Amino acid sequence: MTSVTVEYYAQLREQAGQGRESVSSNADSLASLYAELRQRHGFRLDTAQLKVAVNAQFRDWQQPFAEGDVIVFIPPVAGG
Amino acid sequence: MSRVTIATQPVDTNTLRKALQQPGCGGFCVFEGWVRETNEGREVSGLDYEAYNELAISEGERIIDEAVQRFGIADARCVHRVGSLAVGDTAVWIGVVSPHRDEAFRACRYIIDQVKLRLPIWKKEHYLVGESSWVACSHGPADGHDHVHHG
Repeated sequence: MTSVTVEYYAQLREQAGQGRESVSSNADSLASLYAELRQRHGFRLDTAQLKVAVNAQFRDWQQPFAEGDVIVFIPPVAGG
Repeated sequence: MSRVTIATQPVDTNTLRKALQQPGCGGFCVFEGWVRETNEGREVSGLDYEAYNELAISEGERIIDEAVQRFGIADARCVHRVGSLAVGDTAVWIGVVSPHRDEAFRACRYIIDQVKLRLPIWKKEHYLVGESSWVACSHGPADGHDHVHHG
């Protein structure tokens, strides 16, 4: 099991009912971690509509993650 | 000092402007984005912005580096508000200085366009009538759509 911190923003925060959580997972990629959390929280967005960042750097969905990482799933942005 | 700020309070644009002044620069171009009273035909009463600060700042710095490289500007700053904003409030401020005006205009346009595409910032609009909603503008250059974003 790998333990990470997941942070949520915008609609993901509302759907998760929290801004961050500690997660232990056997998922072998960021995409499969999101799939697990999507099932748990009922997220409506799929990975094609999101980006993902690990420790404040954008990453590919197929990459793995490591103990202690801070992972953020990024919904479509709307700055400006 | 960081050239990108995520601000929880209104910003003093005069201070920002002064910080950019330098003797070699004859051109200063600024873009301010304000909260508008309508969006896509709906009357807006106000909105909430939230940001993933750490990544918004690093990505904003990257955008300014790109603008310096592409246009040869001397310097730039970007401030984006978070929190609750009312109609008429300044949501984003971008200032660019360069020796001449042309590169200042072009770089300013580049920075605001990229900020809207790339910074992890979200906007929840509140309407005079109906339920509030998260606005989905874009997801970076890779999202494949190219409709014009107003505002």
